[in-house]
Formats: sequence, structure tokens, C-alpha cells
Amino acid sequence: MSSSLAVSTKLNLQAHPVDEVGIRERVARLATRSIKKASKVEGLKLALSMVDLTTLEGADTPGKVRQLCTKAIHLHSGRKDLPMVAAVCVYPTMVRIAREALQGTPIQVAAVATAFPSGMNPLAVKLEDTRYAVAEGAHEIDMVISRGDFLRGDYGRVANEIEQVKEACGKAHLKVILETGELGTLDRVRLASDIAMQSGADFIKTSTGKIQPAATPEVVLVMLQAISDFYRKTGKKIGMKPAGGIANAKAALNLLIMVREVLGPAWLTPFLFRIGASKLPNDMLMQLEKERTGVYQGLDYFSND
Amino acid sequence: MTETNISNKGSYWGYAPAPESADHFKLKEQYGLFIGGKFVPAGSGKRFATINPANEKALAQIADAGEKDVDRAVKAARTAYEKVWRKMSGRERGKYLYRIARIIQERARELAVVESMDGGKPIRESRDVDIPLAAAHFFYHAGWADKLGYAFPGKTASPIGVAGQIIPWNFPLLMVAWKVAPALACGNTVVLKPAETTPLTALLFGEICQEAGLPDGVFNCITGAGSTGAALVKHPGLDKVAFTGSTDVGKAIQKSLAGRSTKLTLELGGKAANIIFEDAAIDQAVEGIINGIFFNQGHVCCAGSRLLVQESVEQEVVEKLKARMEHLIVGDPLDKNTDIGAINSKAQCERIRDYLKVGQDEGAELFQTKCPVPEKGYWVRPSFFTKVAQSHRIVQEEIFGPVLAIQSFRTLDEALEKANNTPYGLSGGVWTDKGAKIFKVTRGIKAGVIWANTFNKFDPSSPFGGYKESGYGREGGRHGLRPYVELS
Repeated sequence: MSSSLAVSTKLNLQAHPVDEVGIRERVARLATRSIKKASKVEGLKLALSMVDLTTLEGADTPGKVRQLCTKAIHLHSGRKDLPMVAAVCVYPTMVRIAREALQGTPIQVAAVATAFPSGMNPLAVKLEDTRYAVAEGAHEIDMVISRGDFLRGDYGRVANEIEQVKEACGKAHLKVILETGELGTLDRVRLASDIAMQSGADFIKTSTGKIQPAATPEVVLVMLQAISDFYRKTGKKIGMKPAGGIANAKAALNLLIMVREVLGPAWLTPFLFRIGASKLPNDMLMQLEKERTGVYQGLDYFSND
Repeated sequence: MTETNISNKGSYWGYAPAPESADHFKLKEQYGLFIGGKFVPAGSGKRFATINPANEKALAQIADAGEKDVDRAVKAARTAYEKVWRKMSGRERGKYLYRIARIIQERARELAVVESMDGGKPIRESRDVDIPLAAAHFFYHAGWADKLGYAFPGKTASPIGVAGQIIPWNFPLLMVAWKVAPALACGNTVVLKPAETTPLTALLFGEICQEAGLPDGVFNCITGAGSTGAALVKHPGLDKVAFTGSTDVGKAIQKSLAGRSTKLTLELGGKAANIIFEDAAIDQAVEGIINGIFFNQGHVCCAGSRLLVQESVEQEVVEKLKARMEHLIVGDPLDKNTDIGAINSKAQCERIRDYLKVGQDEGAELFQTKCPVPEKGYWVRPSFFTKVAQSHRIVQEEIFGPVLAIQSFRTLDEALEKANNTPYGLSGGVWTDKGAKIFKVTRGIKAGVIWANTFNKFDPSSPFGGYKESGYGREGGRHGLRPYVELS
């Protein structure tokens, strides 16, 4: 365990103060963008192609995971113009089942690892958890940071853990979950984002979905600005994944607006932007059907998976 | 993501047009002067057209008031003052103001659309700022009407008489509210002259007064150009003049009132410094620059038209500002996604373009965004100058358009010196994460309003006004009541 105590010397913890009032105002202004008709349809399809369709329950069964994978491929019966989602996100023991169900599709399999959701295990266990998920076939690993270490101010240890998990990932992409609902301030969200990006994250992700508040627009905006600064300094494009609490299609479109106006069109791709959700796609499908037919359909016309 | 066929090139997904509809009301073909509670034609029968600056089409014909009309209006206001309004209890006056406030809210959508059509400002601003704030000013002053004794403890506050008020074209209805609400709350009657390019909402305000049952002659509105305003100021029947507009006209008014007992308040131009320190929240500060200079096409007397940025973050701020500006949408004021609407008039548009040329001739470097603008109408893309010196005209003079001058500084003292080195003193802004620095800067800048870590925020309870050539007198808050009362 001695390796976990090594302090990463590369960390650059330059202060980037965040003004909460200013963030709220910017969020409110972005939310006044009006997305109608063609732009709405196009936006919803784009958002659907960015979804990490997720099931992370203790009660998950192979049957449920297979059902979810089918939904990931066929979002809505009878519509051929819809994209597939970007990925399916499951626990490590479900990775193999998801891989089989998604065979032949471009859909990625993401696994939560590192003692998700609390991260309250020794590093060795977290690394083993990661290696297991990768060995099972996960393309992407969603790890959690040690919030205890972070809040205690032990940033070196947080960074070191991320670096080691990244190494354990091998070719798999690493998403680092900050669990912003436990960080308390936007200044800390910014700091955690900077640490994660400097330590090798391919994506930074807001939340586990197990804690409220999760992906609030304020938190997403701060993380996008951190990504923008990191790109300005290093030329490296880091991805962003809001997850948890994205209530409806309008909230999803608001996320796209934010990405477009903070990071630019280059980030409007599933390679650099994902939306973690389980129930959200049905609301987007309902809106798409409404745009197609002119009327809202009942929830019973959309499959629950 | 190796096994995928999804594009990794990004997407040019954008916003489709989202125009606010303008078919829920109908403008009249012509509007008369609002005198003694009725709309009447000008004595001369003369009219002028008010133009939609976004498409250069005439919206309506407006009566052009001459000296006789001014006299009629002042007499109507005098009669209403002597016979009704000065005798009415504060509580009763307050009821009318509340009524007006509520009718403004009820007609908010119509007023917002008309404001955008007549003045060119984006519907997002008229809908979310101008109209709600106008209503808020009437609500706020309705509350004061029966509490003037508490505003001036130990004194008796009585009204002054008839007020002549002249307002500019940048916030037409909001300026009506800033001027009329305190005057009426304190028991005065009003003759108002709106700007000739934006008379419509002031005339609709006349309709609102009728609807509210406001006694005839308490509010009068005469429309016309500068000569109408000059005739109003010269009228001996006025007890008080309030003017918002350019410093040159303000000086002329002050001269013309010399030797008379008529009271005067002036709210004139500005050239505010927006100071960004290296320890500021930079992304929010960049947003503050945007709100400071591009709000209402930069047609704001308190606009943050000079950016002073600490040298260690200058490059970062300029890069981020450019990136942010490229997302500003210039175009149809009625589109809900428009950030910057039309320049208010052809004359103003030419003036701004002149300054763009002047700045370049003086050696400054111009940056303008690449966004497309419509063919018809008056437009200026969001712009800024770098490599500017304190002696440049674009630093010294008020441009009143979406044009920012960027300078850098090393020390706090240098920032303060540059900020104060202007004939104006209306507003200022400071961006820093350090509370102590905020107080040091705000104490050091001679300006009527200073914002910290925000810009262009207005509230009826907060006094607004200037120092030096930005004028004198305050509007809003308890201070804003003072110019409309006699204390004994």
C-alpha cells in the first residue's frame, strides 16, 4: 500500500476561483435559448446518441441487463431514424452479459469500478475491481474519487489513485466521477476537476447517481469551464459526462446548449460528451414522437427497461 | 471507442429561428399627444414616423408637438396638480400607482414586443429586464406614496408642482417608470417627452393611465424631437425638470434654466471602467464584460465601455472574451435567441461606425465577431479595441454602442487612476475574489454606482446617478424621492 502514499508532484493546483452567483446567472441565461422544431429534433437525436444507458441496482439481473441492451440498440419500436445510444453502463459482474448482448454494435460497455459508489475501500481492492471489469470486456471504466481524501485536503493521494486506476484500465477509457453532491462548493468542484484531468482522466463525470444533488447545471458549467481551460493550456480534449438527476428532454437540450457555448461544436460528439441516465431517454422519445405526430402519447407507449 | 461508427468530428447543431409573435396586439396607424387624459392631434397637424430599426419600416405616425401643444400639456398638468393630485392623500395616490404597476404586468407581453420593435432591443431583454423592472418601479414607489414622512423623518415632505421630464431612447418604458413613478408618488404631475425614435411605449403608457383611471392631466405625454424638448424646458410653468440623455443636451438645459427657480436633475453620459484583477473568477468576469458592454447593444449610459484588466491575465481574458463573443447572436430583435438587436437609429449607427474608424485611425486594433447580420436595418457586430491609450478618443468619449476599449494595468493604484481619468462618473465595476480589495476599489472610484463581481444590475430601491459630467441627482431608492419633494 506504500504506493498510495506517494504524492504526485506534477499537480498544478493553481486557484481558479468560481463565483457562484455568476455561475447561476450564466446558467439562467443559457436556459433562455429557445430550441424549436428542426433544431429540437436534431438536438434530441444528438443527445440520444450520447446517452450512457445505465442500470446500477443491487437487484440487477442478467435478464434486466439484456433488456437494457436491446433498448440501447432499438430505442423505440417502429422508428428507424433514431441513433443507438453511446454506451451501456453496468456493474462489473454484468459486463460480460452486456458485451454479449451488444455484440456487433458500436455501443460501448462501461463499468463502474473502484468500490462504486462510495469508494470506501483500500486502493488494492479498487485496482483489482478495475482490472476485473477490464478483463470482463469493459471498454470504459467509471471510477469514483476518494471524497474523504479530497475533502481532507490530501489531493496528492486523490491524484495518485486516479493515476493508478488509469494504469489498471489499460486501453479502457477512464471516466472520473467527482460525486459533486458531496463536495459542497463549486470551488471544490473546480479543484477536483483539475486534479482528475491532470491525473489522466479521459472524461470527468459529475455523479454516481446515488447522491442528490447530482448533475446540476451549475456543476456542469463549472466542469465544462475547467475542461475548456485544460484544453487551452494543454491542447488535450477531455470529455464530460453529467449523470444523475437530468430530469427531462429540456434539461438534456440545455446541456447541449451549454457544451456548444462553452466548449464549442467540437465537443458535440459522444466521443467527448455523454449523458448518464436510465429514465431520461423515454422523455426524449416522447418529445420526438410529439414533433413527428403533433400529439403527446401516453407513457405506456414507451418501453420501460 | 474503437469499435464505433459514430462521428468524432463534433456537430454543428444550432438554434432554429424562434420569433416571438407580434399578432396578439395591433398598433394604431397614428398616435396623438396624450394631454389631459385624452389623445389629441398636434395643433400644427404635423406628424413624423417612428421606424423599426431592424427592418427600416415605419411602425406608426406620431404627432409632432410644437410650442402651443407644450403649453397645453403644461396647463393640463398644472390644473390636475392644483385641483386633484396635490390634495389627494398619499394612500389614494399609491392606489393608482399600484394599479399602473399591475396593468404593466398584465400587458407585459405586448409592451415587450412593442419595445423591441420600436427600439431594436432583443426581446430577451425587453421581456426579462425592461418591462418587469418598469412594473417594479411603480410597485416600489406606490409603497412610498403614503410613507414620505418616514423617508424624511422630522420633516414635512410636500410636492413641488409640475415636472417636465425628458427621456432617452435606450430604455423607453423603463425610463418612463424611473421618471414618472417617483414624481407621482410624491404628489407632482408630469409632462413627459419621450425620444422621437422610441415614442410608442410611452404612448401605450398613456393608455395604461386611462385604464388605471388616473385623474386627467396627472400624466401627459408630448412627442417630438429636440425642439419639442427645448420648448418644454423653456416653458415657465415648470417647477422641476428631469433629464436623462447626452451630456451636451444636459449642459444646454442647465444653461436654459439658469436664473430660474426651476429645479433640475440630470442623468447624463458615462464611460465606465470595468476593472478585472488577476484573482477574479475569470469566466464569470468575462460574462460580466459581456453584460457590461453588449447589454442593449451598448446603448447604456452606465455601460462598462472601458475594460481595465490586470496584465497577468490580460491574454487569457482577451482570448476568452473573443470565444464568448463569437456566441453572441446579432439579428432579429424579436427572436428569442437574439443577444444583440438592432442599433436604435440610422444616425446612431453611423456615429458608432465613425468611432470604429476613429479608433483604427488612432492606431488601436479592432476585433469584431464573424456572426452574420441581416441586410436591412442598422447593425453593428460586437467589437473591441486593444492597443488603446488613455488619450484615444475611443477611451475618452462615450460611443453608446457595442464597442469596448481594452487596457491593461499592473497595480491597483494604476487601475484607479485610469478609471477616474475621465470627465464622467456614472458607474464602475470591480472583479476580484478578495473582499478587502472590493472595498478599496469602490472607495477609490468616483462614480455613482459601482458593481462588484457583477454589472448592469438595477433595482428600484437602489439609487442611481452620477458625478462630474454624468450629471447630478439620484433616481430610485429613498434618494430618488428627494428631487420631487419640498421639505419643511
